[in-house]
Amino acid sequence: MDILAQLAVMGLAAFLGFELISRVPNLLHTPLMSATNAIHGIILVGGMITVAQDGPLWVKAVGFLAVFFGALNVVGGFWVTNRMLAMFRPPVKRVKRRV
Amino acid sequence: MDLDTTLTFLAYLVAAALFIVGIRRLRNPETARSGNTIAAFGMVIALAATLFVIEFQSLLLIGIAVALGGFLGALSAERVQMTAMPQMVAAYNGVGGGAAALIALSEFYHFQAEGGSSLVADITVPLTVLIGSVSFMGSVVAFLKLQEVAFTGSVTFPLQQVVNALLFLGILTLGANAFTGGAIVPFLSPVASVVSVLALSGLLGVLLVIPIGGADMPIVISLLNAGTGLAAAASGFVLDNYILIIAGTIVGASGTILTRLMSGALGRPLGKIIFAGIAASGAQKKGG
Repeated sequence: MDILAQLAVMGLAAFLGFELISRVPNLLHTPLMSATNAIHGIILVGGMITVAQDGPLWVKAVGFLAVFFGALNVVGGFWVTNRMLAMFRPPVKRVKRRV
Repeated sequence: MDLDTTLTFLAYLVAAALFIVGIRRLRNPETARSGNTIAAFGMVIALAATLFVIEFQSLLLIGIAVALGGFLGALSAERVQMTAMPQMVAAYNGVGGGAAALIALSEFYHFQAEGGSSLVADITVPLTVLIGSVSFMGSVVAFLKLQEVAFTGSVTFPLQQVVNALLFLGILTLGANAFTGGAIVPFLSPVASVVSVLALSGLLGVLLVIPIGGADMPIVISLLNAGTGLAAAASGFVLDNYILIIAGTIVGASGTILTRLMSGALGRPLGKIIFAGIAASGAQKKGG
């Protein structure tokens, strides 16, 4: 039954993902891509769980690399998105005031 | 469920809600930056909650890996030129996909060692390794193209599509070999089969992206981003972890829609981009 619950959650999450992205201004396409890129850095959770298990050295090394990659994805992803949004925020405001 | 597991589960729900609010706020230029901050906060909650369900003695190992990855991520994100943003996103996306593939490989080893593997794991392990590894190497190629280091322009060779199809067949066979315990290719152990799936999928990732021109790379990166989301979701089934399923699927679905929006905004139909390789190798055949 566990798998059915998981599939149901996945179905709802997929629906939510489709619904969330609609009529987004072109300006925000790249930051949205970058932010969702950071969110799939959640894979770091999986890396932490897998590296915490016992295993031979090579499996530990694989897990270590996964955690390293995941952390790179999370920190780099959110950081770079923040820089992007910091850059184009003022011009957007000016355009709005003019209108 | 003990108390720690229950609390972690509830924290995951909070994190998922923060991701959703974050993405919602990212749709509006006025609130976009706060949306990113909210999503990042959700990530911190999910990561902190995970610490409560893992073995205490592995914290040092995790700490070192997170510190190294986080430092490199912060440094690269801070230093990168604004014009080089797309390839930086490709790089972060690639390592995410790579992480998913490595996690599935590591978990497969644990399943094998414990002697008990479920049908769900048999399907989702090779799937996670396939998508994650394609995303990793595809992103590497996208990065190299945009950085103009290698593979600039459209790189094609004769029978490219046939090679891709054969590779995919090989991956399916090895995947099946992994969960039938080596019944198809007897000289490859299940774990070796999954390692082979990882390698061949990486090669497939390279071959899928090299024919696509540099101008279409942002759209390809968006597609690979959706792919990494799906790989994360698939790894959620491997690990029996809800936050991976939820966040991964949201990224997979929203990334797919976003890819379509981007290709529409740039006037480059998605089908044309993906099948650019076929058209290019066809033209090459006519020319030669």
